[in-house]
Amino acid sequence: MPLQPSGVLAARVLVPALTAALAVLLLLSAAVGTISVSAADAVRLVVGHLLPGMPWMTDGSYTALQDNAVWQFRLPRALLAAITGAALALAGALMQVVVHNPLAEPYILGVSAGAGVGAVSLIVFGVGASSLAIGSAAFLGALLATAAVYLLSQRHGRIAPQRLILAGVALGSLFSAVTSYLTITTDAQNVFSIMFLLLGSVSAATMTHLALPAAALLGVLAFTAFRARALNALLAGDDAATSLGVNVNRLRSSVLIAAALLTGSVVAVSGGIGFVGLVIPHVARIVVGTDHRRTLPVATLGGAVFLTGADLLARTVAAPTEIPLGVLTALVGAPFFLWLLRRDRADSVGMSR
Amino acid sequence: MRVDIDGLSAHRGGRPVVTDVSIAVPSGSVLGLIGPNGSGKSTLLRAVSGIGRASSGRVRFDGVDAATLSRRDLARRVAVMAQEHSEEFEITVLDLVLLGRIPHGRGFGRDSEHDISLAEAALDRVGARRLAGRRFAALSGGERQRVLLARALTQDTPVLILDEPTNHLDIAHQLELLELVTTTERTVLVALHDLNLAARSCDAVAVLADGRLVALGEPDDVLDTTAIRTVFGVDSTAVRHPATGRRHLIFDARSPHPVSKGTPVR
Repeated sequence: MPLQPSGVLAARVLVPALTAALAVLLLLSAAVGTISVSAADAVRLVVGHLLPGMPWMTDGSYTALQDNAVWQFRLPRALLAAITGAALALAGALMQVVVHNPLAEPYILGVSAGAGVGAVSLIVFGVGASSLAIGSAAFLGALLATAAVYLLSQRHGRIAPQRLILAGVALGSLFSAVTSYLTITTDAQNVFSIMFLLLGSVSAATMTHLALPAAALLGVLAFTAFRARALNALLAGDDAATSLGVNVNRLRSSVLIAAALLTGSVVAVSGGIGFVGLVIPHVARIVVGTDHRRTLPVATLGGAVFLTGADLLARTVAAPTEIPLGVLTALVGAPFFLWLLRRDRADSVGMSR
Repeated sequence: MRVDIDGLSAHRGGRPVVTDVSIAVPSGSVLGLIGPNGSGKSTLLRAVSGIGRASSGRVRFDGVDAATLSRRDLARRVAVMAQEHSEEFEITVLDLVLLGRIPHGRGFGRDSEHDISLAEAALDRVGARRLAGRRFAALSGGERQRVLLARALTQDTPVLILDEPTNHLDIAHQLELLELVTTTERTVLVALHDLNLAARSCDAVAVLADGRLVALGEPDDVLDTTAIRTVFGVDSTAVRHPATGRRHLIFDARSPHPVSKGTPVR
C-alpha cells in the first residue's frame, strides 16, 4: 500500500466543513438580535446590498430598522470577528514556527502593548478622538513596538529567536507600564473606554473598519501560500532548513514582519483579543498535523469560525447584556483546549513533553 | 558530481577554525574526514554544504562555484544528513522524510506521486518503511539516524554530506549505515571518528588537525601509526586482519610525547 502523509484526509474534510460552518455562523449572526429578522430575510438583505436592482430592497418588504440592523451593525460585526479570528490564528501559527516556540503568540512582539500605548495616549491626551483616530493611533503604536523589538533583537544582520522573544516580552512590559500609568492618572470618564479597548471587542465595527484588516489578511495569506513548504523546513531546525535550500534569515524576517502587520491591523480595530492566536494553531496541529500546507488554512478558518461563534454567544447568552469577547473566548476556549490536550492525538504533535 | 574544495578557510565564533584546506573529491567517491575533536571537520563540512560561510576560498561542484548558486540550487546538488533535529513541534517520519523534496517544489504545492515514491524508496533503503507513520521523537537513536539519512537520500542530490553519522549507533548499525552510504553512487563527504571504520568504508581519507589538512590519500597510505601519534597523540599498533588482509589499528595508550599541540575540546 502506498504511504500517505498523516492528516491529509482530515484537512480535506475540515477545510470545506469549516468554510460551511463560517458561512452559517455569519448568516446566523446577521439574523439573531433584538430586532427580528429571519435567516432567509438576512440573506435577501445582504444580497440586495451586494447586487443592484433587487426588487425587495425598494418595495417596502423590510423596514429601515431591519435593514440597518443587518447591514450596518450585525454583518460588519460578524465579519470583523471572522477576520480578527482568522488573522490572529494565522499570525499565531506563523510566529510559533519562525521563533521555534510553541508558546509564541501574535502579541509576543509587544504588538498589542504598543497598540495599547498608542490608543490610550490618544484617549488621554486627544480631544474628542473618533474611533478611526484611535484605531490609527493603535496601529501606529503597534508598528513602532514591532520595529523596536525587531531592531533590538537583530545582531550582525541575524535575528535570534530567543532574543526576539525576550526583547518582545521586555518591551511589552515596558509599554504595559506606560499604559497602566496613563490609565490610573487620567480622568475617570476615560477609564471605561480604555478598558473596553484593552479587553478587545468587535462591537463597534462598521464596513469601513473592515478594509485594513481584510486587506492585511488576504495579503498575508497570499504571501504565506508560497512559503508553506519553506516553513515546514523550519520545523527541522535552522541548519536543516538551510541545507534544504531555505534562506532562513530572510524567511524569518519577512514572516515576522507579515505577522506583525497583520496583528497590528487587527489590534487597531478589535483591541487585544487573547487566546485565539495562541491556541487555535495548536488545535489545528493536533487535528491535521504540522505540515503548514494543512495547518495554515485550517488554523485560519478555525480562528474565523471560533471567534465568529464566540461573538455570537457573547451578545446572545446574557442578552441584553453583552459579555466581553475576550472573557468569552477564554471561558469557552480554555476548557475545550484542556480537554483536547489530554487526548492521545495531542501527544503525537508533541504536547506530552 | 565532482567536488573541489579550494583554499577554504572558515571562522566560527570569530575564531579561525579551518585554514586553507584544498581537497578534490572525484565523482562517486567517498571521502572520509578524520581528526581530533575541534580539528574543524564540522566547520569544513558546514562551509562545503553552504550552512556555514567560508571566509575565503571556494567550493566547486562539477566546476560550478557554489558562491554563484542560489540556496535552492545548492540544495539540489548537496544534501546534508544532520546530526540534530529541532523538536519544538512534532512531526511524523514520512512528513520529515518528505521535507527532502522542498528544494524541488514550491509553496502550497502538494507532494507529487514522484515525491512520495522517492520518500518510500529512501525509507525502504534504510529499512525504516514500517516507521513511516511514527512520530520522529518517539524513535530510538538508531532509528532516528536512519530516518535522517532517508531524508537526505530523498533530497535526491548527487552529493551527500554526513557529519559523524554513526554517533549513538551500535556496531551493527554503524556498519549498516556506512554500507548504505557508500553504496549510493553519490559523491560522499563524511566525518568519522572511528578510524578503522573510515579505513574500510572510504575511497580516500583527509586528516585534519588544528583546522589544517595534514594528510590526504587512500586510507592505507594515510592511516598509519605515525599519523595517529602525530594527529591524535595516541600510540597504536597496526595488524593485518586475518580474514580480509586489511590493515587494522589497535590503540595502545596516549602517547607520552604528542607531536601536535593539543586542541581544546569543544
